[in-house]
Amino acid sequence: MQKVSEKVIARARELMHDGTVSKVVGWKAGEFFYDCEPNVFETEESLKDLVYNRFCGANLSKYMIKNSIASGGEGAGKVLVLLKPCDTYSFNQLLTEHRIDRENVYILGVGCEGMCDIDRIRERGFKGITGVLEADSGNELVITTLYGEGKVNIDDVLLNKCDSCKGKAHKIYDELISDNEDEGPRGDRFEGVRELEAMSPEQRFAFWQAELSKCIRCNACRNACPACSCRKCVFDNNASGIASKANTDSFEEKMFHIIRAFHVAGRCTDCGECTRVCPQGIPLHLFNRKYIKDINDFYGEYAAGEEAGQRGPLISFTEQDIEPGHAVVKGGN
Amino acid sequence: MSVNVSVNEPAVKAAAENAAGANTENKEWRPRIVAFCCNWCSYAGADLAGSSRLSYPADVKIIRVPCSCRVNPMFILKAFERGADGVILCGCHPGDCHYSTGNYYTRRRMALLFSMLDYIGVERGRTRVEWVSAAEGARFSAVMNDFVAKITELGENVKVGDLRCKK
Ligand code: SF4
Ligand code: SF4
Ligand code: FES
Repeated sequence: MQKVSEKVIARARELMHDGTVSKVVGWKAGEFFYDCEPNVFETEESLKDLVYNRFCGANLSKYMIKNSIASGGEGAGKVLVLLKPCDTYSFNQLLTEHRIDRENVYILGVGCEGMCDIDRIRERGFKGITGVLEADSGNELVITTLYGEGKVNIDDVLLNKCDSCKGKAHKIYDELISDNEDEGPRGDRFEGVRELEAMSPEQRFAFWQAELSKCIRCNACRNACPACSCRKCVFDNNASGIASKANTDSFEEKMFHIIRAFHVAGRCTDCGECTRVCPQGIPLHLFNRKYIKDINDFYGEYAAGEEAGQRGPLISFTEQDIEPGHAVVKGGN
Repeated sequence: MSVNVSVNEPAVKAAAENAAGANTENKEWRPRIVAFCCNWCSYAGADLAGSSRLSYPADVKIIRVPCSCRVNPMFILKAFERGADGVILCGCHPGDCHYSTGNYYTRRRMALLFSMLDYIGVERGRTRVEWVSAAEGARFSAVMNDFVAKITELGENVKVGDLRCKK
């Protein structure tokens, strides 16, 4: 990771210096070292803040809507974006939906060995954490704290989305900096969905009621989602009849999660951003993955963002499609 | 035809409230059922059922839509949120949609939505899609009778409106 990181930063500087790109969309350290946040670097000088480390979980694809469309034109350089393998699915999906101007983008595919979740590190008993370093060998990280050092196994502290990594292959790029062999997907991402399906309807309702009651409607899940890219969202549209902030209609408050998940059904790339950003720890991926699993079961395997230009399952059909009555039975078991 | 997508459509509200009202007047529990019927087929099928003196339970509140495809998934969520015990959607037989392909999209959307509803605890029997043509008055009545019987057997639905109110 260290090596890749150094190369990535050096290459970004180079591309900016030689004028290939005029902007860099990358990450910079936030208030704390584990708070790396998306940032648009517009000068060579500012690139001193560019970082690429174990806490760069944020998917930068969505930022390319604004940044690719706003730039370009005579003499203006391209915009460099750093994309991890899983982020490239979102980028492709946005290309499919004509939301990114590909001409104006230079994609630097960056290798990734898994991103960490600071909460999972804390859960392992570390207090006063001051840094997370790569151990010299093996699959370990060194956690430095105010009270000394400790080691953790990387697999125990990855982000939820990395537990079921899609694989290390970039689906789209102009240039690649990666040391990773693609070992294919990791884990069984539908395990959680199956566990829920095995419960009784009452248990499922109780499960979701307990989870969704925690929601504070901060809208972070919607805002971070690269598939949620409408110019005007139903939840902000006073005329839609469901925008409760404006209409004090409780329908939106109650049904928000189902509406959100349905809106991205067939377009969600399972990038995991929604679950990552939720401050309440709600497992939103269990909604998205239910749709993905059902789509695979009913209409054949489909991975949104695998290639640009695919036709999504909800905007196509066949005459022999499964009837909803049968589908529910099939999906539920 | 209105193109303004709104789940506050008076019809959706009224049907759910109507069903709710009917519920409190009688002591005996009656299911609240909302039926979305396509104008070109099932709605005409319902008319035919009526003029042929075929009955179907009064628990079914029909909302007429221009095509089964007009049913935004939010309409169904709205009906459940307001207390429906079952929701049925009727459209033209596949291949016979007045707008050629509307019902094919409906079929995919509803397959996913109903499966999701089941996933959050609204059992599979409470949602249904049926294809009923304008000539099938008898079938319309049979479908509705069967659906009401099934919902009556399932009893009261979970309080979907309380999905975010942990007790
Ligand atoms: S719904 Fe979640 S996992 Fe799917 S694309 Fe949006 S942020 Fe990513
Ligand atoms: S991010 Fe979490 S708390 Fe915020 S609106 Fe989404 S589900 Fe609710
Ligand atoms: S017109 Fe009846 S389903 Fe489309």
